Amino acid sequence: MSIDKDTAAKVAKLARIRVEDDALSALAQEFNDILGFIEQLNEVDVEGIEPMTSVTPMRLKRREDVVTEGGMTDRVLSNAPDAREGFFAVPKVVE
Amino acid sequence: MMTDLNKLTIAEARDALRKGDVTSAELTEACLTQIEGAGALNAFVHDTSDIAREQAAAADTRIKAGDAPDLCGIPLGIKDLFCTRGVPSQAASGILEGFRPEYESTVTQNLFDAGAVMLGKLNMDEFAMGSSNETSVYGDVVNPWKVDDRQLTPGGSSGGSAAAVAADLCLGATGTDTGGSIRQPAAFTGITGIKPTYGRCSRWGIVAFASSLDQAGPMARTVRDCAIMLEAMCGHDPKDSTSADIPVPDFEALLNGDIKGKVIGIPREYRMDGMPDEIETLWADGTAMLKDAGAEIRDISLPHTKYALPAYYVIAPAEASSNLARYDGVRYGHRARLEQGDGITEMYEKTRAEGFGDEVKRRVMVGTYVLSAGFYDAYYNRARKVRTLIKRDFEQVFDAGVDAILTPATPSAAFGLGEMANADPVQMYLNDVFTVTVNLAGLPGISVPAGLDKQGLPLGLQLIGRPWDEGDLLNTGYALEQAAGFVAKPEKWW
Repeated sequence: MSIDKDTAAKVAKLARIRVEDDALSALAQEFNDILGFIEQLNEVDVEGIEPMTSVTPMRLKRREDVVTEGGMTDRVLSNAPDAREGFFAVPKVVE
Repeated sequence: MMTDLNKLTIAEARDALRKGDVTSAELTEACLTQIEGAGALNAFVHDTSDIAREQAAAADTRIKAGDAPDLCGIPLGIKDLFCTRGVPSQAASGILEGFRPEYESTVTQNLFDAGAVMLGKLNMDEFAMGSSNETSVYGDVVNPWKVDDRQLTPGGSSGGSAAAVAADLCLGATGTDTGGSIRQPAAFTGITGIKPTYGRCSRWGIVAFASSLDQAGPMARTVRDCAIMLEAMCGHDPKDSTSADIPVPDFEALLNGDIKGKVIGIPREYRMDGMPDEIETLWADGTAMLKDAGAEIRDISLPHTKYALPAYYVIAPAEASSNLARYDGVRYGHRARLEQGDGITEMYEKTRAEGFGDEVKRRVMVGTYVLSAGFYDAYYNRARKVRTLIKRDFEQVFDAGVDAILTPATPSAAFGLGEMANADPVQMYLNDVFTVTVNLAGLPGISVPAGLDKQGLPLGLQLIGRPWDEGDLLNTGYALEQAAGFVAKPEKWW
């Protein structure tokens, strides 16, 4: 499996990271180095083996479905690059 | 007043504080003075000296009142990955520039409840992704150990923590370990660090890298100090659904150095091609020390070891790509300056391109790829199946009566900063070859300094324990520490 420039561009788009065109070839090469390393996993016989979902067998705890903390809009928004009138502000999403 | 207070172990400082021979204010000032003079190491990146002085004063009051937990008044450094209320917590990333959490991580809260003093925030690899502390937005950390003109890496990702403890800037530090990020830097700097069983420490408020692998742990000068710190750091937390609701033993009380009859496994798969003779010798010496202390040595096999790193480099980036999706320029940290007509997609793409460093981008994109339609089964599910097999290898060995496993901590001593700059990313990943299996299996692992190489740089040995049996693991580490008698310190050049 070899990754070309177009695939690298597609992955960057999916990851929402802008990559300039002139950097795509080098990025594709890095992907290939890493994926080439990962390919070793194909040597392992995994027939009948369950994929791990939890490294320590434990049942997740349940709790009452109630508000535990809340009513602190100012603190929630205090680190926002742009917050107005009690909301996070972003560029226009719908034309 | 005692001299060189910053060089005390945590246990010594605790005893001196209780006897009234020293105050936390004095200990704290001694460390702050050392930090001020250690800019060349670039270990501390956010100054919290005002908080430290307040905490020290409060600790002194508490000690006088006779209500003093072990860590009361002990000055520590805190890795930048831990969210600390009102104090910059950036995970050494540009994308969290200016972020001041409104909340406190559970681990730091536990430490503060025990009376610990926070001297400052410590440098690290960006989002804990790196093995040399060269991916930090704050710049490289420099290892206090130096044998020639080169500046050496302290290892990563907890490189600031390791350098600060080794250079006596603080008595102990918090670290986190996703693939070896406590144990490898501990080995590179001649200190001790333990990654506990997955679920021992709450992950709440620790900036997430790979949630199924991340664990916090202590880095300190001795096994005893690690035992003291670990006990304060861990415990059940309802805010982390994977934190274990089981009692935390008094780890320090379990240190008696008696390992007679313990079975120590020596895994043949950890004997790597091209491993330096010195590492091989150190491993053999460590084995002999444990045998002399009365342990039974047994050759064991962990057949899937070879596949741990490739499985890790699927699972960790996959989880990272998901965890780091939250850095979108909306709720905190950096937002790119937008051009006329830019919409929300441009905002995401530009913000993340500007805010993340190269290694973080690379891992996020690799993770995105292995999770994408058509590759999910081939990469991600296969890696999770291999992870099941890696864990099973350990289970079989423990079921057969092995108490702990001895391996080298790293495949080499500390290397020069910049020396790996032209290597492909996989070369850097090989640093974690002996440590990453432990994260995949969720086990506790400790790195203990055990000798110097011929250049005079420290080397560490790793002990791997049964799940939830950190007490026994620390005690085996203690026996190794006593036998190895490692006392070398870096000569001060900074």
